[in-house]
Amino acid sequence: MRFTAKFTRRVSGRLSTKRRSRLAAPLVLVLGLLATGGIFAAINPATAETQTADEDLVAKGRALFLVGCASCHGKNGEGITTVKGGQYGPPLVGVGAAAVTFQVGTGRMPLAQPGTQAERKPPVYDDEETEALSAYVASLGPGPAVPDPSEYDVSDATTEDIVRGGEFFRTNCTACHNFAGNGGALPRGRYAPSLKGVSERDMYLAMLTGPQQMPVFSDEVLTPEDKRQIIAYLKKTEETPNYGGFTLGSLGPVTEGLFAWLIGMGTLVGAAVWIAANSTRSKKKGGAA
Amino acid sequence: MTQKQELSPREADPIADPGLPAHLPRPTDVDDVAEKRAERQVATLYGLSTIFTLLFCVSYFVFDVGENPSVILGFGASNVALGLTLGLALLCIGLGTIQWARKLMADTEIVEYRHPGSSSDEDREDTLAVLSQGSEESGIARRPLIRNSLLGAMAALGLPAVIALRDLGPLPGDKLNSTIWTKGMRVVQDVDGSPIRTEDLEIGQLVNAEPGIFFEEEDGEPVIEGKELQVQKAKAAVIVVKMQPDDITPWPGRENWGVDGVLCFSKICTHVGCPISLWEQQTHHLLCPCHQSTFDLADNGKVIFGPAARHLPQLPMTVDDEGYLIARSDFTEAVGPSFWERDNDEPK
Repeated sequence: MRFTAKFTRRVSGRLSTKRRSRLAAPLVLVLGLLATGGIFAAINPATAETQTADEDLVAKGRALFLVGCASCHGKNGEGITTVKGGQYGPPLVGVGAAAVTFQVGTGRMPLAQPGTQAERKPPVYDDEETEALSAYVASLGPGPAVPDPSEYDVSDATTEDIVRGGEFFRTNCTACHNFAGNGGALPRGRYAPSLKGVSERDMYLAMLTGPQQMPVFSDEVLTPEDKRQIIAYLKKTEETPNYGGFTLGSLGPVTEGLFAWLIGMGTLVGAAVWIAANSTRSKKKGGAA
Repeated sequence: MTQKQELSPREADPIADPGLPAHLPRPTDVDDVAEKRAERQVATLYGLSTIFTLLFCVSYFVFDVGENPSVILGFGASNVALGLTLGLALLCIGLGTIQWARKLMADTEIVEYRHPGSSSDEDREDTLAVLSQGSEESGIARRPLIRNSLLGAMAALGLPAVIALRDLGPLPGDKLNSTIWTKGMRVVQDVDGSPIRTEDLEIGQLVNAEPGIFFEEEDGEPVIEGKELQVQKAKAAVIVVKMQPDDITPWPGRENWGVDGVLCFSKICTHVGCPISLWEQQTHHLLCPCHQSTFDLADNGKVIFGPAARHLPQLPMTVDDEGYLIARSDFTEAVGPSFWERDNDEPK
């Protein structure tokens, strides 16, 4: 102990003679920075590797992007404007990983052809490639990240969750997606898709990012808990058997009217014609008549 | 034929009336075996009907309903069984009766001619005589006092009908022109009542919102509840949307009604009052699912399509000290379906 104290005093004494040197301040700064960085690296060695892994992922995503997406969205995701001032492909800066994961993960992107609306189809990219694309687009600007699977896990949803989810669903979603989640028409040939068979993750991402004409329901207003309850409600309705009979698509008066007028009335008219039709006649002369 | 000529005397048709074809008997009329078979068929159908009716009664008790209902082919077993059995029971009665009528009931064609609509002259004279005799004997023409007081009494009977019209009232007063929104009331999300900050909203966001007072409590009791809550909710429901601030073209005087591209509009369609929240974030169009009225929210809620006659009322908004959205005032015009005396602050 005494030795250490002595040593320290001797070193500090020798150093203090140099403290007025012109190089002293920069030297201390450099030493300090080196020490901080070194200690951080020593304590958290994983960071360096993760960083490299992320960079690899982004690089892989960029390679995929240049091949599959850049023709519409621009080489740097800046978007391409048409001659008329519209958007050929919108800018992707700031849309975040969540939007990419939704659009690519549900097969909406890449588009098969330009049209009124990007349709859901079998995804072109596998999960790994989708992740790489998401990482690349997320690196362009800050945007919503892909939520952790625990955020949309509804396996332990309580009845209370489901009931509340139903309230949120009827308030916020039914106007477009139909009271049974079967989807509905929008102006100019667009439509709100059916929610049947959509994965929990995709529902969450759609609410978070507001794809195409769908409004955004940000986490700050419609909290992750609220979203989870909505998903729980939809999953519950999906697995609930239909006690009432045929739903006819749950589209309300359109299909019900078609059924009543074509099948119902058609059968009645047919029956009436049959009843009044001539029945078989006999040439034999007989008793009763 | 003779009767027909009597009833409709006219010149003979240039083409002779061919009359009805000769009646031919059915197989069941001439063949005893066929007749017996038809009889059995009808009886079988009626018997089947009885069986289905009994099955209805059985399935009423057999299948579970409620929490864990029995299921057939993914449908509720009780519904399917009750509907099918009762339907088939009725159908069998119908089919049996039709079969009976077609095969067994007499089917000889009968001609029934139309007769003149008026009564015979004799009857008319009799009726007139009775009426004038009544008038004579009651002396209604000779006693104007009785006649007039009777007429007065009959006329007075109209009054109750007029008085009952009062039940259509009372007049709505200011109710149609005002809602529960007041200056400084927070705009909160529907269902959970959480207040809204503009910076929490993103471009293209939609929030179905309500006045904050619906979620306020006093001594553990809601401030507004029951029927009153429903009445107020029907008028005060709003939607909050956020657009690119550059896209919005406010009318003069409405420049400060929104905050950073966040605008608040009535959720009640001005056509017949459906709740509307079908919001297309990219076109800023709000569509009413009932009759397809479309409002452009970037352009003051103007009607761009459909049967609605007036723009959607906008709620003037600002933020309070804590950054939460609050109303600047009540709506400046009546919300909901249009009516004649309604204010309309659309610039000419």
